[in-house]
Amino acid sequence: MATTASTVDLQSGSDARKTAALSPARLIGRRFLRNRLAIGGSLVMILLYMSALFADFLAPVPFTDVHEDYVFVPPQLPRFLDEQGNFHLRPFVYGLDSKIDMDTFRWVHDEDFETIYPIYLFVKGYEYKLFGLIPFDRHLYGVEEPGVFYLFGSDDLGHDMVARVFMGARISLTIGLLGVILTIIFGASLGTISGYYGGALDTLIQRVIEFLMSFPAIPLWAALAAAMPPTWSPLQRFFAISVILSLIQWTGLARQVRAKVLSYREMEYSLAARAAGASDFRIIFRHMLPNAFSHIIVVATLAIPGMILAETALSFLGLGIQPPQTSWGALLKQAQLVSVLLQQPWLLIPAFFVIAAVLTFNFVGDGLRDAVDPYSL
Amino acid sequence: MQQFIIPRFLYMLVTMFFVSIVGFVIINLPPGTYLDVYREELEAQGTTTTEAQLETIINQYGLDQPIYVQYWKWVSGFVQGDFGRSFAYNKDVSELIWERLMLTMLISISTLILTWIIAIPIGIYSATHQYQASDHLFTTIGMVGLSIPNFLLALVFMVIAAMVFDQSVGGLFSPEYQDAPWNFAKLWDLLKHMWIPVVVVGTSGTAGLIRMMRGNLLDVLKIAYITSARAKGLPERRVIWVHAVRNAIHPLIMILGTSLPQIISGATIVSMVLSLPTTGPLYFTALLEQDMYLAGTFLVFLAGLLVIGNFLADILLVWVDPRIRYT
Repeated sequence: MATTASTVDLQSGSDARKTAALSPARLIGRRFLRNRLAIGGSLVMILLYMSALFADFLAPVPFTDVHEDYVFVPPQLPRFLDEQGNFHLRPFVYGLDSKIDMDTFRWVHDEDFETIYPIYLFVKGYEYKLFGLIPFDRHLYGVEEPGVFYLFGSDDLGHDMVARVFMGARISLTIGLLGVILTIIFGASLGTISGYYGGALDTLIQRVIEFLMSFPAIPLWAALAAAMPPTWSPLQRFFAISVILSLIQWTGLARQVRAKVLSYREMEYSLAARAAGASDFRIIFRHMLPNAFSHIIVVATLAIPGMILAETALSFLGLGIQPPQTSWGALLKQAQLVSVLLQQPWLLIPAFFVIAAVLTFNFVGDGLRDAVDPYSL
Repeated sequence: MQQFIIPRFLYMLVTMFFVSIVGFVIINLPPGTYLDVYREELEAQGTTTTEAQLETIINQYGLDQPIYVQYWKWVSGFVQGDFGRSFAYNKDVSELIWERLMLTMLISISTLILTWIIAIPIGIYSATHQYQASDHLFTTIGMVGLSIPNFLLALVFMVIAAMVFDQSVGGLFSPEYQDAPWNFAKLWDLLKHMWIPVVVVGTSGTAGLIRMMRGNLLDVLKIAYITSARAKGLPERRVIWVHAVRNAIHPLIMILGTSLPQIISGATIVSMVLSLPTTGPLYFTALLEQDMYLAGTFLVFLAGLLVIGNFLADILLVWVDPRIRYT
């Protein structure tokens, strides 16, 4: 006994205070950092959002540029070796000789080995506004006119798929965020009211939740999206879709918040606050919601992938985002037919982005849940 | 039991009423009157509308009368089995709906059964092998399953079928059975086609259910009665299957009512991609053509079925789990 006791360093003075001062936020951070999947997920997520933010910089040509001669060009890879086997330090693509095959009536794009278009980085291209504010005209990569370089291939109108994927990311990734903010507002406030006041109000809100949950979500969303006036601007549609998506999503959050508030209501600190004469408003916003906040964040993170998938599904069916605006679902709409997929498999590239986004949100959400609540799995 | 069922039944009727209100609101949401859409639609098809035809529509839906009369006409037609007319198919919906509805339900319920058969043993395995390589493997597979949009999986299946087996997988019947009367050969043909939509729709549900079963069982395994069962010297198999699993499954019955809407939701999109003769394509063409009476009616119909399903799930739960009080 004595030997073990002597090896234990008793923490005292400033050391002890340092251990005790680890804030809950830092504890959560530490636990989160232990989860490798969650870390990897957050990195990919940051990359995805950065690519959406800098979509104009990444896109060599505007995403609405139509190019009749370059329809369904397969993805072109940058080349280092030319046909003669010479090595080029600067990667390049060959020019394309496009014509219609008179037997199949399909576009064929043969490489023209005479013309070489070197790929340059940070080239001058079309003008755009960085962050919507700063006028800018540099792009990550590009080739000189009249050359074309379709890294992800092109679609039925000769649109550059790189530009479309990243511009689509803007809508697909933000619609989930906006929807989740609305979900938090609806879900947290109604859940709190339901749990805190109880009684008839509680019963009413719970019945409404059960009622909304008994609808099949996608058919209901589709019906609401179809009921939108066709005269609405793309921006209005975008907001309307996120409102529609949060219309059902808030119910799950409201139930969880209600359960939390119900248990907080019985705790001593609520009683103390009430005894000290605090108003309901103060008890809810100063004592209860901060406690439930970590939970709300977790539920919200896990709700985003569902919204991204829902937007994708709606746009895929033609009820969501309309041209000229585009989103990942709207891009996948072209890939609806097997015959198209067999001939133009690169049209499925947006699907990888959808899966990556959903997967990373799930990993991050799972990591956050484990970090926030040590008793969960 | 009776004092539980009767109020629950009344509550179901009230819910049905609100479901129909939501359906009616959706019908009336789009700008312009139904009459204009109807006329445009028929003219687009090349048939001109006569005054008499329009008159019939006005009478049928009470379009010249106040809104509550319109609602009443629609709902009472509904109850009598009059579901309106489909523009796209130019038939009465009641002619189209029954077989499609039956196929939708068949696919949904088979999917539900399949997800349970696959998910529960895997969930149990994951929970009893927590943090082992196999558990991580199932977790990752489950996550990927959750992340792939249903319709994408359907597309992938179709491409694989077209490339590897050189056959098309769309539809639920081979051409020769399309309009044939029901017999065993047709049933067998249906089963041969059905596994693809069932697997596609079931993937995401299975993944979710595995996570839930794993979580529930882990929670139950921490309870003291499991320790005491082990202390008594019961074989581990008996402890898990007889003592733990039975209590871990109850919360899953509770979500039975909510998982059916999700499955139907997924099935509507998948049937669009696979062009199955279910309610999905009928519903979405109605929406795209702004045939809101048909779409609204359909939505109410689906939701109504789900409300009934919820009611049955609740009764099942009370019957299975005596700890639940009749409240």
